[in-house]
Amino acid sequence: MQQRISRSERSFKIFAITLVSAFSLLAFFPVIYAFSASISGKFAYDAGQVVLLPKDATFEVYKLIYADKGLWISFTNTLFYTIFGTAWSLFISITGAYALGKRRLLFRRTFNFLVVFTMWFSAGMVPLFLNYTDLGVDNRWGIIFGFGVQAFNVILLRSFFAAIPHEIEEAARIDGANEFQMLFNIFVPMSKAAIATVALFYATSRWNGYFWARMLLAEPTELPLQVYMRILIENYRMVFDDMPPDLPYSPDSYIFAVLICSIIPVLIIYPYISRYFAKGVNLGGVKE
Amino acid sequence: MASLPNIKQQKSEQQESEKNQFLIVVKTLLKDYRLYLLLLPMVLWYALMFYRPLAGLLISFKNFQPNLGAMGSDFVGFANFESLIDGAFSPQFWRSFRNTFVISLYGLIFGFPIPIILAIFFSEIVNNFVRGFTQTLSYLPHFLSEVTITGLVLTMLRNSEASTGILSGFLLNLGLIEEGTKIVQNADYFRPMFIITGIWKEAGYSSIVFFAAIMAISPVLYEAIKVDGGNKLQELRYVTFPGMAPTLIIMIVLRIGRMLSVGFERVILLYNANTYETADVLSTFVLRIGLEGGNQAMGAAAGMFDSLIGFGLVVGANFISRQISDSSLW
Repeated sequence: MQQRISRSERSFKIFAITLVSAFSLLAFFPVIYAFSASISGKFAYDAGQVVLLPKDATFEVYKLIYADKGLWISFTNTLFYTIFGTAWSLFISITGAYALGKRRLLFRRTFNFLVVFTMWFSAGMVPLFLNYTDLGVDNRWGIIFGFGVQAFNVILLRSFFAAIPHEIEEAARIDGANEFQMLFNIFVPMSKAAIATVALFYATSRWNGYFWARMLLAEPTELPLQVYMRILIENYRMVFDDMPPDLPYSPDSYIFAVLICSIIPVLIIYPYISRYFAKGVNLGGVKE
Repeated sequence: MASLPNIKQQKSEQQESEKNQFLIVVKTLLKDYRLYLLLLPMVLWYALMFYRPLAGLLISFKNFQPNLGAMGSDFVGFANFESLIDGAFSPQFWRSFRNTFVISLYGLIFGFPIPIILAIFFSEIVNNFVRGFTQTLSYLPHFLSEVTITGLVLTMLRNSEASTGILSGFLLNLGLIEEGTKIVQNADYFRPMFIITGIWKEAGYSSIVFFAAIMAISPVLYEAIKVDGGNKLQELRYVTFPGMAPTLIIMIVLRIGRMLSVGFERVILLYNANTYETADVLSTFVLRIGLEGGNQAMGAAAGMFDSLIGFGLVVGANFISRQISDSSLW
């Protein structure tokens, strides 16, 4: 078999591997560079000597970050929004998807249509914003409960629930399981991979959410990390002017360090979730 | 006259059966209340957070004044739309309209093939570890926030007296930009910057779907074309592409359907007053007019325009895909 690999095939393979590796390394490069730049000395950074590895490494900038109260508050806020928001989204998605999948549900087609419709049409930014102010949830409760369901995730869960063998459901029903027990003791444990995937989608969109947090939250103590970072980047000039001129690092290093702080949590959980989501994306992407 | 009681009887029978049906519905609801209880949170959420704002679109037909409310404000018909299409706001509106289409067209031309090429190349890597490693690295930017991604881009592209970012320095050395060119502040560079940022963030992750499609192609087909003496290009042409065609069509349909929703958070984070000429898209126009500018009715009207065209695109793209193949979204 090995000899059969033709020359054209081998050269194509080498070409493919080179190109794909180059793309992947380039995709990751900015993260490495940001870290290197964040701990490099001012002179080396300003002279453009930092390309991949840090130069004149100093962790001074992280000391400054450690002392930045606003950053810690925003970090805690983001954790709070992400945990409770994801729990809320998961709860209504799982219960809703379960019910929508049941054939005996009255007006099932109508309900399903109303869910799918949200993928293709929306009221737009202004009515949505006015809705928040109208309901009086233009605050942190709006951030947690206002973002509930994404139709795509509901459909993903629904199709996963539908794939659970009918016999299992019947057996449980004969044993006297009611709807709640059926969902939480049978369906949920059997769909761990799909639920983990959906939880990942919700959690990343919560963790990364920026726009509505910026629009809805007024109090500085309520801001999530993304908004705090953005304000810092926008006020770069002021940050720069406020810094003493004889710092051992460039103001850019400070920005990079803050960005790294937002990347690290993603990097930490990334390996654990990547094995789940590959499965889930295949499930939801094409088969629907 | 004789038929009158008959009709009455029929009517009462009909009422009776309607009543019975109603009772049956109520009975099933009561017996099955747990199922409906499970559905309730989602229904309430959609009603409050999605369908209630839809009713709020009413303000696009009104001279909306916040203190009067959506109901109390004066009805003005299509005046807001006229002002957008052919009035005071039309230059800005049409500019944002044009930019939306141009940006998404460029995104389609440059952004769409890359994940497919990546997927084909990923499938060529036999070593599982190397493949998994490169794939995992390429997905990562998708999980970083727009603020982080644009923060990195803006800082690396900075070109000011205080500091020169690494990318600006790189482009200067290559002679692609002149000394003192501020890429971020220059309208000519916005679209390339936006598209490349998008490819960096999403191309790897978007390749997953295509990769799965390639992996699902039966190896027997590859064996067969090898036996027939086909080379690599013929293999791609006659096995790989037909095998991933349904996925390709669905993804194109999805893409065209979302033509108008260019990642608007990314635009907000990358653009500035100097680059409105090429960067201002419909959603950022809505934001500036409707929320920051305080003209909510105009913003709602522009937003509705946006949504309607987007909806039309989805339906149209889906119709076409159903005509040329069996693939359809619904």
